[in-house]
Amino acid sequence: MTNTWQDIKNANVVLVMGGNAAEAHPCGFKWVTEAKQHNHAKLVVVDPRFTRTASVADLYAPIRPGTDIAFLNGVMRYLLEKDAIQREYVLAFTNASLIVKEGFNFQDGLFSGFSPEKKDYDRSSWDYEIGEDGFVKSDPTLADPRCVINLLKQHVARYTPETVSRVCGTPVEKFLAVCELIASTAPPDKALTSMYALGWTQHSVGSQNIRAMAVVQLLLGNIGVAGGGMNALRGHSNIQGLTDMGLLSNLMPGYLTLPKDSEPILADYMKTRGFKPLRPGQTSYWQNYKKFLVSFQKSVYGPAATADNDWAYDYLPKLDVPGYDILRAFDMMYGGKINGYICQGFNPLQSFPNKKKIRAALGKLKFLVVMDPLETETARFWENHGDKNPSDPSKIATEVFLLPTTCFAEEDGSLTNSSRWLQWHWKAADAPGEAKSDIAIMSGLFRRMRAMYQKDGGAFPAPILDLTWNYTNPIEPGPDELAKEVNGKALVDVKDANGAVLLRAGQQLAGFAQLRDDGTTACGCWIYSGSWTEAGNMMARRDATDPREQGLAPNWAFSWPVNRRIMYNRASADPSGKPWNPAKPLIQWNGSAWSGIDVPDYLPSNKPEAGVGPFIMLAEGMGRLFARDQMREGPFPEHYEPFESPVANPLHPKVSANPVARVFAGDAADFGTVEKFPYVATTYRLTEHFHFWTKHAKINAILQPEEFIEIGEALAKEKGIAQGEWVKLSSNRGFVVAKAYVTKRLKPMLVDGKPVHTIGMPIHWGFTGAARPGFGANVLTPFVGDANAETPEFKAFLVNVEKTAVPVA
Amino acid sequence: MADFQSLDIRRRSASTEVPPNIREATQIAKLIDVSRCIGCKACQAACMEWNDLREEEVGSFNGSYDNPADLSPATWTLMRFTEWEDPQGNLEWLIRKDGCMHCGDPGCLKACPSPGAIVQYQNGIVDFISENCIGCGYCIKGCPFNIPRLSQADQKVYKCTLCSDRVAVGQEPACAKACPTGAIAFGTKHDMTEWAGERIEDLKSRGFDQAGLYDPPGVGGTHVMYVLHHADKPSIYAGLPNDPHISRLVQAWKGVMKPIAMAGLAFTAVVGFVHWMVAGPNEVHPEDEAKGRDVLDRQDT
Amino acid sequence: MELGRRGFITLSGATLAATSIGALGFGAAGEALAAAVRPFKLARATETRNTCTYCAVACGILIYSTGDRAKNAKASIIHIEGDPDHPVNRGTLCPKGAALLDVVHAPTRVKYPMVRAPGSNEFKRITWDDALDRIAKLMKEDRDKNFVAKNAGGTTVNRWTTTGMLAASATSNETAFLTWKVARSFGMVVFDNQARV
Repeated sequence: MTNTWQDIKNANVVLVMGGNAAEAHPCGFKWVTEAKQHNHAKLVVVDPRFTRTASVADLYAPIRPGTDIAFLNGVMRYLLEKDAIQREYVLAFTNASLIVKEGFNFQDGLFSGFSPEKKDYDRSSWDYEIGEDGFVKSDPTLADPRCVINLLKQHVARYTPETVSRVCGTPVEKFLAVCELIASTAPPDKALTSMYALGWTQHSVGSQNIRAMAVVQLLLGNIGVAGGGMNALRGHSNIQGLTDMGLLSNLMPGYLTLPKDSEPILADYMKTRGFKPLRPGQTSYWQNYKKFLVSFQKSVYGPAATADNDWAYDYLPKLDVPGYDILRAFDMMYGGKINGYICQGFNPLQSFPNKKKIRAALGKLKFLVVMDPLETETARFWENHGDKNPSDPSKIATEVFLLPTTCFAEEDGSLTNSSRWLQWHWKAADAPGEAKSDIAIMSGLFRRMRAMYQKDGGAFPAPILDLTWNYTNPIEPGPDELAKEVNGKALVDVKDANGAVLLRAGQQLAGFAQLRDDGTTACGCWIYSGSWTEAGNMMARRDATDPREQGLAPNWAFSWPVNRRIMYNRASADPSGKPWNPAKPLIQWNGSAWSGIDVPDYLPSNKPEAGVGPFIMLAEGMGRLFARDQMREGPFPEHYEPFESPVANPLHPKVSANPVARVFAGDAADFGTVEKFPYVATTYRLTEHFHFWTKHAKINAILQPEEFIEIGEALAKEKGIAQGEWVKLSSNRGFVVAKAYVTKRLKPMLVDGKPVHTIGMPIHWGFTGAARPGFGANVLTPFVGDANAETPEFKAFLVNVEKTAVPVA
Repeated sequence: MADFQSLDIRRRSASTEVPPNIREATQIAKLIDVSRCIGCKACQAACMEWNDLREEEVGSFNGSYDNPADLSPATWTLMRFTEWEDPQGNLEWLIRKDGCMHCGDPGCLKACPSPGAIVQYQNGIVDFISENCIGCGYCIKGCPFNIPRLSQADQKVYKCTLCSDRVAVGQEPACAKACPTGAIAFGTKHDMTEWAGERIEDLKSRGFDQAGLYDPPGVGGTHVMYVLHHADKPSIYAGLPNDPHISRLVQAWKGVMKPIAMAGLAFTAVVGFVHWMVAGPNEVHPEDEAKGRDVLDRQDT
Repeated sequence: MELGRRGFITLSGATLAATSIGALGFGAAGEALAAAVRPFKLARATETRNTCTYCAVACGILIYSTGDRAKNAKASIIHIEGDPDHPVNRGTLCPKGAALLDVVHAPTRVKYPMVRAPGSNEFKRITWDDALDRIAKLMKEDRDKNFVAKNAGGTTVNRWTTTGMLAASATSNETAFLTWKVARSFGMVVFDNQARV
């Protein structure tokens, strides 16, 4: 989230699209009801299903799963055509006026540079025109047809309301009603907030769904302001923290990236990071990249990281592929290329697409280690549960370890919430039985490995032997000590240019501005620097005071970066430094500095007239309507059909699906066709459950005891399915047998002249826990990933449905 | 002065005597704003957790989100979902939290023949005092909202207490505290009524011309009230009574029959006491049980 | 009206007599008329501040446990409710958060390390030392056999692709940092979390 949960109350319009906040994040959704209550806000819901969020919406518009970009491109067209944009913001703070290279174009569903053989783009033409001064050319009059905004207009011109309706199935008048409400937030003192989640990410165009909305928000001037922003509602309690901390296939802590094979030495690596500004006088904060990297290496490898060995650069594994993400991992496992797998608190058998493939893949492992507080289907993948898990244990040679871990109530530590707050929590009781903390288990494995490498040697022992491990309790390092390590400290006395001591050796850092690239500072995660300073544990702060009750609570816990609550808040003021919305300012120029109720996302002394852009991490300092080469399928969002779709792409049938999405060779054969599987299916969560955990909790099992599917009245009638009857729902990858909920909340839509029915399936059941046994929706889902983030396409695929006999218990 | 802690009794079942009281208790109320409710069932979960209630079996899917399927001795509150289309064909998903309404004039209490099994505190909470409950089920018949449920485990009747244990120490009921969207509010009846007024104004500004407060006079008003977007049609909310009244049977029992019955009751008590002294306590026989049911069923019709 | 209802005769006579007489208006007969509500169950329970383990709204919660942390009192969690001071949830919880107690005490909590041998139909208990020794040995064998120090082009790449790990999204940042250190020091690249699902 760019903004805080409470800040949602400042919105004038709340758009919930690509998510179901009321159902998945009820306590965050309270701030939507507050916005309605106290800010007279309108709630707009765009969703294939009439959800619980829709039940309290002012306006609901249905949409066919997987067509959000068509809808949003239509919104952009509407805004540009009606001039319902915040012009001054767009001109000053976005790349609207920058000039794009001549070679860039878009034709018949493809951007320039596509290679059909590689199924990838050469993205070199997706960039700006660079002038002789080395900076990007621009035309503030916007007269140049190669200005970003003119190319955008041209790109979205095809998305008329009629086209949107033809692609999305949304009635024209509903679409226009949504556009009108969105457009109402273009005035400088009005804001729209976008709340989204897996409904946008779990598509083969997932990242572009979000890009499309970000462009809408930039056009409206809604980024960086109170009540605005792009608010990704993260799923798990610490998925934000895990991502910040770099536990992702290609990451290091603080969004530093692992080196690639093509970067044999540090100098090569630094060439594509630490960008120089593309416009005069810009900050381009990633120029500090090396300080973060060196301090990180000092934190992890201590004295073994020196200037002479490029700060132990070779200790970092290099990637030969963009990332060994979960889909690649399980495809490799399926192909017999992985021998061991450690599953720390998650349940791939239920959570990953195409359960049959996942089950088979796990069976090819030599060993599987599951660390979890609860029994999981994954740990018991080898057990036979009939149709629900047709394994034959005698044929599965995997050695499986199930290690009991503590849960939240049984340990201290910090979690990072969706709005980037690091909040400390305290242990309330001991864990049952012999359960141990994940810290103790990881330490136990590490210490054993290190001892063996010390004694017997082996493959490249250096990073294992040199890993810093100076903990007071090396068997189970304390969370407090680890938190201090993450924050960072001075390794020696750190001096300024005149020799004055800025930091004494051993002193905790106050923030990442103190980091050095000469090995004198250590920091485990630069964006978390400031979380445990000399003043103590900032994450444990519990002062809930809230200036002007504007929803920031700046002294509650710690918000990265530097306790900033709203990202890009420089954009909340006009170019001269006056707040766009005087009633709800965040920061403003007071004549000598930027000040306000939030920590400026800007150098506080930067005078407005210097023209430093508000998007300081980007080389041009401006919000990107045109993404340059940062997105794999194009710098502008374009509608592509899901990989399993009831229709060919009405805009360019020859390039129907995302041409650069992730599909492994073997998986294409598992895709189904509309002839055999005529209905669209989508999977989702219900408010009564959290993934596959709460089926272990009796109360939640009582609240939603049994697996079911949702089917519209029209289709049910056509198929002779009565309320609560058993049905068989099948895709080309498998089937589930479940009860049908015949509902008015799913209606057929007219798509490209044909009626399209959508069937819904919640995900929460399996063969462990207190709820009734179920199959799990991922029996049905396809193994295909988004082009940028490799997120599986869980939200749109094809199925068939038939009435079936009551299953034998 | 707000004095939520007062457990002074206003009314007591099958009793003509109520202790004198010089204090004025603040009337409390729970306001359920149906228009803000997202049907998340946090109230149900919080109710079960706080009151240590769990259905023995987890139940099954029955063609709706209503789970469990009905109120029970272990389910004191329940979200009831209705997919309703207005005459123009616009879909609304009406979600109502069902449970005891804590009537100002409680039919259950009036019907109850067991002294002190049902009490109404000065603050308005209607509470079942289990140790005094004789499991006769008259309260079930007396309730115009079909709320109390008889437990097969201990032959006592259960329903929402409005978390009298929490209210007694100055806290809000568990469901009201948990409600993520503020659809359940708790406070004085005066404040809740005022708040409802603001909500109704907001709903009217959003096109719900018939928005209104449900505080039915037929039962002396309630201490659990609803804000409804269609207050002209309460029954579309999963059968919320349009104009609830205590049944005539209960009125009769209260007015004419009760003194007569009470005399009989005293007689039974004396006989029972003698019987107990002489023969020891009676066991419940299945035929007694069946007979009891018969009686209740006959009263139904 | 039926007075033969079984409830009447089930009750033990002495209490009933007293109650009935009271009801009939013969005075309180020694019985206190104030009804007893259920005692407030948290009166002196220990309160611990924590964060809900489910979604990333990260609601503040109050965990109530038995005992006062005295040496001989073994704390057991008896109730969890929302933290009213928390700026986001302000005391509220969703149906998952409001039922956290049931996940803490789920009968399906894993209590002991277990191992399932190849081809076996069951899990068997194992000691922590045996489990960790065995896993570390399997990992080292695999790493030593399959570690890629240099790629085909001779570039130092130092990666291990044959054992992978999925990191947990409900663990703390501190656990996450330690896990990163351990996994990457081995050169592990098949390493991901659940951000996508």
